[in-house]
Amino acid sequence: MIRVVLPPHLRTLAGVDREVRVEVAGTVTQRMVLDAVEQQYPMLLGTMRDRRTGKRRALVRFFACEEDLSNEPPDAPLPERVVRGEEPFLVVGAMAGG
Amino acid sequence: MSGVRLLVGTRKGAFILTSDEARRDWAVTGPHFGGWEIYHVNGSPADPDRLWASQSGGWFGQLIQRSDDGGRSWQPVGNDFTYADPVGDHLWYDGTPRPWEFKRIWHLEPSRTDPDTVYAGAEDAALYRSTDGGQKWQELTGLRTHPSGSGWQPGAGGLCLHTIILDPADENRMYVAISAAGAFRTDDGGASWLPINRGLRSGQIPDEDAEVGHCVHRLAMHPSRPETLFMQKHWDVMRTDDAGGNWREVSGDLPTDFGFPIAVHAHEPETVYVVPVTSDSEHWVMDGRLRVYRSRTGGGEWEPLTAGLPQENCYVNVLRDAMAVDTLDDCGVYFGTSGGQVYASADAGDTWTAIVRDLPPVLSVEAQVLP
Repeated sequence: MIRVVLPPHLRTLAGVDREVRVEVAGTVTQRMVLDAVEQQYPMLLGTMRDRRTGKRRALVRFFACEEDLSNEPPDAPLPERVVRGEEPFLVVGAMAGG
Repeated sequence: MSGVRLLVGTRKGAFILTSDEARRDWAVTGPHFGGWEIYHVNGSPADPDRLWASQSGGWFGQLIQRSDDGGRSWQPVGNDFTYADPVGDHLWYDGTPRPWEFKRIWHLEPSRTDPDTVYAGAEDAALYRSTDGGQKWQELTGLRTHPSGSGWQPGAGGLCLHTIILDPADENRMYVAISAAGAFRTDDGGASWLPINRGLRSGQIPDEDAEVGHCVHRLAMHPSRPETLFMQKHWDVMRTDDAGGNWREVSGDLPTDFGFPIAVHAHEPETVYVVPVTSDSEHWVMDGRLRVYRSRTGGGEWEPLTAGLPQENCYVNVLRDAMAVDTLDDCGVYFGTSGGQVYASADAGDTWTAIVRDLPPVLSVEAQVLP
């Protein structure tokens, strides 16, 4: 079970509390986790990644285990502690004023 | 007793303001979608409790929200706004080709007859339609692929399709306006489009009376005269009486003819409202005085309306979608400002009252009359 923390706006949109949990089979990657989140909460489609290209939205960041994984390849395996559910995968709205 | 519901979009959420027919006391709910930019909220003429909201932001993109109970509850619907292949290019600010790229929905225009049908105007300029209650959106490609489309350039606010007017007499005819391309009309339900900019003159483009390239800020129509349109252009207030075939300037004695919104009285097709601002570089009302100007002659002759509006130290703007009228016997007129005030007049503009004073900057105002 992968733990995912969404930013406040997306929690409101999805109607969830701080953390959501998704099942991912096989190698756990950023793409697989986000696919699972979007499947479980389809209202989030297009809010984290471009719907066409799958590219991360410019002002969205992905953190885990105190590392910025935003620019990691989407198919790279996530840290083992995320895979084991010991640490959450964080979706974060970038610091950008306003 | 009937009432009025105002749908207000702001930089940081939506607000719903309701009153009875007297329009003296207002209840305010919101913010809905707090923290998000709400470019537009609009209601279905066929089912006033069906509302649509364009919710967007730099972080998480575009959402469309729908309410089926007059704004008490909302549900996100489809947000897949795809440019049909081949996507092609338009011109960027520096004159180089740039692929069309979706940014946001500026305006939502519900069908007059079908609550499940709604049109959406996008930046980069494109027109979409949903016929299933907002679940799926289909681009009406004939507009963006007009031969002039590859030459359209954005205005300062982006290449935005901000005005959609559905002809009440002809379901196949509609008008749109794009900054900074101009006004366009379709007579075949959106399959093909005609630039309707003859008579416009814009000193900010090399060919002042070019077929396209004009920064049209807003169009308005009275439903009893669907061939007459009023336009607030970047500079100039214009009118056409032949469905856009020819425009003539009706700025007349306005102190400045730069502005954004324009609206027509609900029962008097020759009564028109604008809110002039100082200039293209000073987007605030002139001389620190908030004045709505009304023409009862279809333009040309204008009178300032000031009763109840601040007449000193006022430096707000009123954006293009932030003015509306209601259809009660005594026509109500409403507008919202960049300073977060929403003003109401229950007597066609003679006197004004601030319903609220401290909302986030107002992007849009729509008025519904409820049974």
